[in-house]
Amino acid sequence: MRTARAVRVRTIALAGNPNVGKTTLFNALTGAQHKVANYPGVTVERKSGRLTGTGDGPPVEVVDLPGTYSLNPKSIDERIAFDALTGEIEGEKVPDVVICVVDATNLERNLYLVTQVLDLGLPTVVALNMSDAAAEAGIAIDVEELSRRLGVPVVATSGRSGEGIDALRAAVLDPPPPPKGVAWELMPAVADALDALEAALPDTVPPQRRRFVALGALTSDLLLKPWATRAPEFYQAVLDARADLEARSVPYQVAEMTGRYGWISPVAAAVVRQSKPTEATLSDRIDAVVTHRIGGPLIFGGVLLLIFQAIFSWAVPAMDAIDWLIGQTGMGVRAVLPDGLLEDVLVEGALTGVGNVLVFLPQILLLFFFLGLMEDTGYMARTAFIMDRAMRKFGLSGASVVPLLSGYACAIPGIMAARTLADERDRIITIMVVPLQGCSARLPVYVLFIAAFIPTGTLWGVMGYQGLAMVTLYVLGTLMAFVAAWVLRRFVFKGESMPFVMELPPYRMPQMRYVWRRMRDRAKVFVVRAGTIIFWLSIALWFLASYPKVEPPPSLATRAVEAEAAVAEATEALARIDLGQAEAAGAGREAVAAALDAADAERLAVRNEIAGYQVRNSFIGRFGRALEPIMRPLGFDWKISAGIVASFAAREVIVSALATLYSAGADANEESLALRDAIKKDKYPDGRPVFTPLVAVSLMVFFVFALQCMSTIAIARRELNSWVWPAAMWAYMFALAYVFSFVVYQGGLLLGFR
Amino acid sequence: MSEHTLDQLKAGARATVSRYRGALPARMLEMGLLPGTPVEVIRMAPLGDPMELRVRGYLLSIRKADAARIVVTTE
Repeated sequence: MRTARAVRVRTIALAGNPNVGKTTLFNALTGAQHKVANYPGVTVERKSGRLTGTGDGPPVEVVDLPGTYSLNPKSIDERIAFDALTGEIEGEKVPDVVICVVDATNLERNLYLVTQVLDLGLPTVVALNMSDAAAEAGIAIDVEELSRRLGVPVVATSGRSGEGIDALRAAVLDPPPPPKGVAWELMPAVADALDALEAALPDTVPPQRRRFVALGALTSDLLLKPWATRAPEFYQAVLDARADLEARSVPYQVAEMTGRYGWISPVAAAVVRQSKPTEATLSDRIDAVVTHRIGGPLIFGGVLLLIFQAIFSWAVPAMDAIDWLIGQTGMGVRAVLPDGLLEDVLVEGALTGVGNVLVFLPQILLLFFFLGLMEDTGYMARTAFIMDRAMRKFGLSGASVVPLLSGYACAIPGIMAARTLADERDRIITIMVVPLQGCSARLPVYVLFIAAFIPTGTLWGVMGYQGLAMVTLYVLGTLMAFVAAWVLRRFVFKGESMPFVMELPPYRMPQMRYVWRRMRDRAKVFVVRAGTIIFWLSIALWFLASYPKVEPPPSLATRAVEAEAAVAEATEALARIDLGQAEAAGAGREAVAAALDAADAERLAVRNEIAGYQVRNSFIGRFGRALEPIMRPLGFDWKISAGIVASFAAREVIVSALATLYSAGADANEESLALRDAIKKDKYPDGRPVFTPLVAVSLMVFFVFALQCMSTIAIARRELNSWVWPAAMWAYMFALAYVFSFVVYQGGLLLGFR
Repeated sequence: MSEHTLDQLKAGARATVSRYRGALPARMLEMGLLPGTPVEVIRMAPLGDPMELRVRGYLLSIRKADAARIVVTTE
């Protein structure tokens, strides 16, 4: 037993390959508590928690690094893991201890990363995880021998059963001395080159890490690049060394892999005992069905249907409930606050706007639930395997399937799901086309116009015209997503993409509490991110639609006064009858009551007209009228144009914007008959209707393509860390919307539609 | 003993990696597809590509275009 060391452990990092149960182990070490933040500048989540079981000792932070196959980073996730371990992240110290998590059922490949981590010279403990699964599979590992060979403590653990967690905790709290690294050998020519490069490194690189840093710079352009400014001499020395090795045709690119595996293979052979003969495991049998030539795609289609069914019908009661709750809150706020500006801003602006987003929470939760299940069981990798060939025809990758699917609920989770794409160009293309998928915010718009303008009959007695129209709109968006991907690949991201190298992890039973927990985390991120943006934006929009305040024209003002007077008079007359102060003859009372109703209707009509006049002259109304000449070729008048402008914040805003503009009361929703009728009745001064079926189709086509969603733009900017791509995304989608609506409307006119 | 490229093998075939045509991407090497490594072709994806391999005891999926750069020997 070692004596307590002077080193005080403050931070522990968990490193390991993807799919080794790292997160389960993290949860076992930290209890239920963890916090999710972002690393500076990128969206990779930094998940950290406090080590439990430290008693009265000082707090110890445990950080769960993104899974990585090697310390030669290739995706942003891997880059973060690398930077965290090498101290390259600003404001983030190198961890005091590294727990390197390995999958006991797949030791050999996992040891590749271990040998790299050992080369960093940080105190390291190896957690031999999934030891229970290994035992079931008849794999026995000589833990002591492995520890002796690696030169660091090895603890057999199982994150699921909790086995070995206490031993692991004890091992990291009494950390071993920095390891010397294992004695793997590079081919002599490369080793010699590295000796020279090590000497050329600046003195700031600590001695125990010089070889590792030099090797990284020699073999990776990504790792070499920063040295161009940091140490130009070293940078040049690396370029010279590469040229020299290439001239002598030394395969220096493969030197590290052959060297490390050359050490690993005999070690793995020595410590692993396979007692049972390898037979078809349960995983193999599931795969035989799930990736079967015919069964595979059928099952995948079934899974898709299930997810769609869940999102579009199971989520509805919860969405209605949220809608109702927000309505109640609005009424509550109105009851408490005095009438006036503050009340209007809060209820009409902020609450309605945030409500419009919160309504999608059930769909997003359900989507994340299914995606979480697919990921945790290992099925996700199979969908990429099944779909890769088809997706590649359009310049996408098998791993783009999930982001594209998520896009049907909402582009935001879709864009976030694209992180799993290792190839940066594949990731950008995927993000660029995800917003073309028919997201749920388009649904209210489609519902309103289809219900108003598409006849209810059925085609060949099978499918209703209205349903057919809906399907067509979804298909149109999806088709265009693939076309856009193809164009981007063909003209913007030319050249070969990174190879598709994907592990198909064994199937595992999902652990529901972790699926729930992840759903909760994601939902929180969604609500906070979207909520803050939408909150401020809604206030701005409300302001633009409400100001400047204008006096109604005299004729309207007079009518308003008269209407108020008529209502007051009728109310009073009715009251007198009911109190017995006037003749209460049945017919007389009915006449007075009818007069009151008529007066009420007139008052409402006048109020609506005044509201309409106000909106017409508000900033957004003026803007809509200024825009009308540009939108006219698509068949849109100033109100539709203004609605479109308002809905660039969020698509569904057009419904309430049109309702406001049509003076039908701002609380109208897509089912509202008042709005539907107002739209149908609206006429140009010359008597032509504003909305015809052709205009409605043109408008819906516009909504299929246009990127009317601030949240999507904000998320795309975060994920791509640049304004260029979101700007390009907005521009190309607007161009598509304009061109397609133009063709639909003008073509329709030519064909004689009205 | 005969030499093929990996993409030419049928499901169920076993072979040993012997060399590459040109440079193989680093990630494939890190995943353990090195000369001397035994590989088993498990199956092809429903559309014929990519292919699923067993390498060093785990399952790996690569595209045929990449597999065509790996020369293997079969018994």
